[in-house]
Amino acid sequence: MPGLEDLYREIVLDHYRSPRNRGELATPPAVRTEGFNPLCGDEIVVYIDVDEDGLISDIAIGGQGCSISQASASMMSAAVKGRSISDARRLIGAFKSMMSIHEESLSGDSHDDHAHQHDDVFEDGQPIRLGDLGALQGVVRFPVRIKCATLSWNTLAQALDEAAGDS
Amino acid sequence: MSLPPGIKDDFPLLARPTRGRRLVYLDSANTSQKPRQVIDAMSNYYETANANVHRGSYDLAVRATEALEGSRAKVARFINASSPSEIIFTKNSTEAMNLLARSWGHANLSTGDAVVLSEMEHHANIVPWHMLAAEKGIELRWIPVDPEGRLVLDDLDRLLDGASLLSITAMSNVLGTINPVAELAAAAHEHGAMMAVDASQYVPHLATDVQSMGADFLVFTGHKLLGPMGIGVLWGRRELLEEMPPFMGGGEMILNVTKEGFTTTDVPWKFEAGTPMVAEAVGLAAAIDYLDNLGMEEVRAHETRLTSYAMRVLTERYPDTIKIHGPSEPAQRGGVLSFEFGCVHPHDVAQVLDESGVCVRAGHHCAKPLMRVLGVPASSRASFYVYNDEADVDALADALEQAADLFSF
Repeated sequence: MPGLEDLYREIVLDHYRSPRNRGELATPPAVRTEGFNPLCGDEIVVYIDVDEDGLISDIAIGGQGCSISQASASMMSAAVKGRSISDARRLIGAFKSMMSIHEESLSGDSHDDHAHQHDDVFEDGQPIRLGDLGALQGVVRFPVRIKCATLSWNTLAQALDEAAGDS
Repeated sequence: MSLPPGIKDDFPLLARPTRGRRLVYLDSANTSQKPRQVIDAMSNYYETANANVHRGSYDLAVRATEALEGSRAKVARFINASSPSEIIFTKNSTEAMNLLARSWGHANLSTGDAVVLSEMEHHANIVPWHMLAAEKGIELRWIPVDPEGRLVLDDLDRLLDGASLLSITAMSNVLGTINPVAELAAAAHEHGAMMAVDASQYVPHLATDVQSMGADFLVFTGHKLLGPMGIGVLWGRRELLEEMPPFMGGGEMILNVTKEGFTTTDVPWKFEAGTPMVAEAVGLAAAIDYLDNLGMEEVRAHETRLTSYAMRVLTERYPDTIKIHGPSEPAQRGGVLSFEFGCVHPHDVAQVLDESGVCVRAGHHCAKPLMRVLGVPASSRASFYVYNDEADVDALADALEQAADLFSF
């Protein structure tokens, strides 16, 4: 049975206590998108600046929510800052794949959670380092909280679409 | 006055541990647990009396019909309706409120008419009116809520001026505030408006008398009053129900059907298209019997005592951390405690409490306009019923220590 220590890992609590890239960016040039979790009322605002080379030159996070949604947003902002739009999209894919519910993780008899930790997720044959983001893996054991963890990532995906679109 | 000891033993689920601990169920405003008597009554119906109702001429079908109509009569008596024909079975309170908005609202309201609600309504008493407003161009007006979670009635006359309907919760599902329904109904009638009552949180916990309330319509749901999910009630004054057009069309609600059209049957069946939820009606009747045995006065006294105890224990233990929303006087509220716990997000509070086997709800409680008034995105909510006791409150207070420890920063 998963315990609180699986969910509230120290690195997660650290990002909740001291969120990175908290604030706003001027729009324009920044793209601003909002995400809501209707279940618990969490709100996330993502601002990104994308430079002419297609790099996310700056990112800021606003809104409010529970420790998991706030920590996930903070960790995400640190992970994608300075990356290209396509890298960020691959990271979103990798993170969401980590958050998808696998039967093994719900069966309750997985002998060792850490044996198949998704530190590396391969997509198109290329490794993506999730690094610290792996600390959020425990969220999968608490299905109700998965939406908290993925909220900022879905909101970033919208921002990337807008940034890469006609704007 | 008190409830008999050992009441928990009637509730099989409460004896099952959760996460290896005693289950401390503090989410009855969300849904109540069911006593063995309700579960047995429903099983017994399927084992001895199941048939479709109002159709078969054989004995079994007669008994099934009697079970359904017997439940209707019991509900009518429980809320002091004039007649069982004033009791319409629905899926839940939400469907009952939608029936009212779709049928009565659609037939009686047109552009420029006003419906008065309050800021403490559940979404079930907001969204159906929004939907009608979008379609018919009616105006929605809002009775404000003060910082203690009570309705501000200073402007009531202005709000009711020219209004067609006042639709108000009898007890807030977030704040526990008990509203002065009889006073509001009298004011509504003075202005020529109808009075609808969302009694979802009221009927399970306080003796309900639709006559002394002076209401025209009232809705509640079975699953919050020890009954099964899947059955709710719309009560309305018979003369109003008779004037209302049907809600859904199909079998059961017709007098005659031809290729050219149809005519409707009498109330209440006019509003009950299709095969009804007979086992659920039987379960609801058993739940009413159970509460009648306890006595609604005793139920109310027990919950007021427990709420009072909880407010004292929680504020004594966490004087600087906990903020309880709603009236500070327990007599003005039901057994519902929404609270903030320091800077710990309600979702995290609920998660940490679950580790100790304590079940509370976290979120906006389907009352987003109210959460905006309170200035919080969400809250944690503990709510009580007949099976809760001081030990449950102590377990909640103890479990909150862990939240304080984990998030102490």
